Amino acid sequence: MASITLDGLAHAYRPDPRGPQDYALKEINHVWRQGGAYALLGPSGCGKTTLLNIISGLVVPTRGKILFDDRDVTRLPTEARNIAQVFQFPVVYDTMTVRENLAFPLKNRRMPREAIARRVEEIASRLDLTSVLDRKASNLTADAKQKISLGRGLVREDVAAILFDEPLTVIDPHLKWQLRSSLKELHRALDLTMIYVTHDQTEALTFADTVVVMHDGAVVQTGTPEELFERPAHTFVGHFIGSPGMNVLPAKVEGRTAHVGDVAIALDRGYSALPRGERIELGVRPEFATLAAPGTGLPVKVTRIEDIGRARIARIEISGNPAAAMVPEELSLDGDSAGLTLDPRQIHIYADGVLVPGEAASREGAV
Amino acid sequence: MTLELDHVSLSVRGAPFIKDVSLRLERGSLNVLLGATLAGKTSLMRLMAGLDAPTTGRVRMEGRDVTGVSVKKRSVAMVYQQFINYPSLTVYENIASPLRVAGLRKAEIEERVLSAAKLLKLDPYLQRTPLALSGGQQQRTAIARALVKRADLVLLDEPLANLDYKLREELREELPRIFASTGAVFVYATTEPTEALLLGGHTATLLEGAVTQFGPTAEVYRRPANLPTARVFSDPPLNALRVTKQAHTVLMENGTVLPASGALAQVPNGVYTIGVRAHHLGVEDVATAERTLAGNGLIRLGATIAVTEVTGSESFLHMDMGAERLTALVPGVRRLEPGAPVEVLIDPRRILLFDAEGQAIAPARDAAAA
Amino acid sequence: MDKPVNNRAWLLVAPVFLIVAFSAILPIMTVVNYSVQDTFGNNQFFWNGLGWFQELLDPSTELGGRFLDALWRNLLFSAIILAIEVPLGILVALSMPREGWKVAATLVIMALPLLIPWNVVGTIWQVFARADIGLAGWAINALGIDYNYTGDPLAAWITIVVMDVWHWTSLVALLCYAGLKSIPDAYYQAARIDGASRWAIFTTIQLPKMKRVLLIAVLLRFMDSFMIYTEPFVLTGGGPGNATTFLSIDLVKIALGQFDLGKAAAMSLVYNLIVLALCWVFYTVMTNAGTERRHEENPA
Repeated sequence: MASITLDGLAHAYRPDPRGPQDYALKEINHVWRQGGAYALLGPSGCGKTTLLNIISGLVVPTRGKILFDDRDVTRLPTEARNIAQVFQFPVVYDTMTVRENLAFPLKNRRMPREAIARRVEEIASRLDLTSVLDRKASNLTADAKQKISLGRGLVREDVAAILFDEPLTVIDPHLKWQLRSSLKELHRALDLTMIYVTHDQTEALTFADTVVVMHDGAVVQTGTPEELFERPAHTFVGHFIGSPGMNVLPAKVEGRTAHVGDVAIALDRGYSALPRGERIELGVRPEFATLAAPGTGLPVKVTRIEDIGRARIARIEISGNPAAAMVPEELSLDGDSAGLTLDPRQIHIYADGVLVPGEAASREGAV
Repeated sequence: MTLELDHVSLSVRGAPFIKDVSLRLERGSLNVLLGATLAGKTSLMRLMAGLDAPTTGRVRMEGRDVTGVSVKKRSVAMVYQQFINYPSLTVYENIASPLRVAGLRKAEIEERVLSAAKLLKLDPYLQRTPLALSGGQQQRTAIARALVKRADLVLLDEPLANLDYKLREELREELPRIFASTGAVFVYATTEPTEALLLGGHTATLLEGAVTQFGPTAEVYRRPANLPTARVFSDPPLNALRVTKQAHTVLMENGTVLPASGALAQVPNGVYTIGVRAHHLGVEDVATAERTLAGNGLIRLGATIAVTEVTGSESFLHMDMGAERLTALVPGVRRLEPGAPVEVLIDPRRILLFDAEGQAIAPARDAAAA
Repeated sequence: MDKPVNNRAWLLVAPVFLIVAFSAILPIMTVVNYSVQDTFGNNQFFWNGLGWFQELLDPSTELGGRFLDALWRNLLFSAIILAIEVPLGILVALSMPREGWKVAATLVIMALPLLIPWNVVGTIWQVFARADIGLAGWAINALGIDYNYTGDPLAAWITIVVMDVWHWTSLVALLCYAGLKSIPDAYYQAARIDGASRWAIFTTIQLPKMKRVLLIAVLLRFMDSFMIYTEPFVLTGGGPGNATTFLSIDLVKIALGQFDLGKAAAMSLVYNLIVLALCWVFYTVMTNAGTERRHEENPA
């Protein structure tokens, strides 16, 4: 059990990094609290795997330190750190039974035989593997194999953290739900630090209490799923989280009004001191943009309506800028023109991609 | 071109892989094969392509029997889950390769490659090699190569499975438009119900080598003909409850007795399965339910929270009801503690009802609107 | 899996049938013809029925005893070189570099012995191991060990075994190396996290993943060593005495040395049958291992 501290960590794969462009991982300071459920979310090549490998000890960082509690483990090899890892593709020892697989890490650490047997039974029952304990691991389904990989981490009582590297990649959608739920249940029951690396926002948001979003080697936002959803600190976060992502429209902002092309949008906050010369954009999530009959709200052009089963999503154009909005169940449209209503509290203004806080509503602003 | 599978079966060393499949895929249509891993999607595609010959049954193209005709003589293109390109050739040459094999004139090749590249937004990368591209662009190259042949039949076997979530979303959005611009029969295999819904077209749901239903995608989703179809075409998993109807009451497996309402009021006595999709389940804490929901015709069931998952805009609530696990998708952030007792609310107008054999009972008209 | 039927395929296979007919079937028929006759030269043949076969399979006769001795020598030789080359090959494969320019260099060096023709290998070792002028032979004697492969059966055997190991261990090593390369990194990482020792990594990950290539390596080395001819023929000529007279060498002695075409024909047929039978055993073992594998990777 431990908290994990990343202290000024940075990594470059080339030996003599010059500028920031040489760094696969730019400076990062972060504390993974003991017992937390974290997700590390970002697209391919954003540096999340590098960071994971630094934590697990497969990569020694170019700069900075990594601490388990107060112990500096920066240069310790993998086996000397108390971590377990579940990989993208299931790793099981083919020749062994499930029982032998689960016992393997304990056997290697020379634990007494009865203690091993007890621990293996306990973990197997937690993971619903009891019925297959004596079967060859290689003949099981992908999700059972992933459970075995996880089990090999859980049997060790000294494990401080479990790292998951896109563990649901090869699992069918139906089983993903089950496996994800059992992960959450295990997290609650065992009070372990879990770090889950993925490019899939749904997995990250549903699994983690705190999500760390990475882009281009740097952390762009750390927060709870609600924070990431309601107040994306960067247009990248807005775009990357949410399906479809946040609508980001080029805008001109004057005080409490934004102009997108020739459409004026009222804002909840004032923006009198926006930096000059920077790219100003307005961001609003499709979930807070609702389509209405023509004449209501802002005039928009509907290009297509997608039916995703539980909802309908309209692809629209606001002054020629593509955007997405929700279609209420009862609304039916003839032709391609419609109205759009936005929730003013959920409209954000970005300068060069970074969230501008804005001045609060006038009553509070007077304080 | 139409492609017709007529009672096609495939067995390998006695083990059935495809069981009596009949499908008719129309010219210019997009057809989704939806099913879990090992459901038979790839086997079915290989039969369509002519890579394998069926054990029994016939395959017809444009009415002509092509059973046993080799893949080389059919006009077929395929895209796989792995990004398969020639690593040493440029994107341009990769896309042009099937045309060079076919011995087309230079001007014709150039015209076709450029138009395919434009369609797939590859024009800026034509002189690069595939390995210098992102995964999304590599798969775009493979798709362009499949399209440029102007094959009658284009098979895509989970083409987006190896892509990042966001890239997947982007391509998924473009594919229907790309497909619509050609006249071929497209067949698209996927494990993901959401993907099938987004692609539209027609969907065939597959379970253990058999097609459980085939029809327009939205219709298969809204009016599944049987319980297996509803289960395959549901993400999160379908909530299925077995009930027994007796006179004017409905007996749940956990012992709860409810008055029969909605579709259940109109069916004869017997055993049924109620299917409810996650977003049709309501969840309230017990007090709120008592206060506000008395007598509004909803089915109410007691359950306890097992796990909650919050996505920021929605919450997935996993609940235990006896031995059953129910999943609800509710709007907003709802952090309910595990172990908390809740009331699960089911609108009888929004249920899917199946008889003891799993066949759908024609739904009440209201349910279709949801 | 069923393949589309196309009768034109037969046309394409026809040339192969013709070549096989002339290169294999006709010569074998000639051998069968010889095996039931006896000759005293002058191209005159006499009917002998199954006489040679009876003699061959009866160890109390001169021919039968000789055949059995040579067969045992062959089996012993195959067993010894498998026992050495397989573990040694694995060991070499394990210690080969995984990446960088060293990989190419190692591969080239490893491939060298495989590129040398059999008779040249024999000649190299014949000179190399000579007690008077050969570097190895002279050096061993200089150490005070009495070593002479032309006079001492044990020394002859050791020389042939060492020669074969030098010639063929690379093959086993290269096959194993290919097997090792196919193991994803995640397995090694997982093993490190599980605290596995070097030996445990070998037995639980590397060996199981190498199983299939090892089977191929064992098959190739067994078949090849069982039919060994050129190298010992060049090196020892089957001697000293009959110490290194393997079946193939004996066969040539009878056929060309004594011109006993009938005996030799009968012997080569039996030899051929033994090789075929062993081939079949290996083939069955291998395809069985193969189908198990295919069920795991269910194609549906």
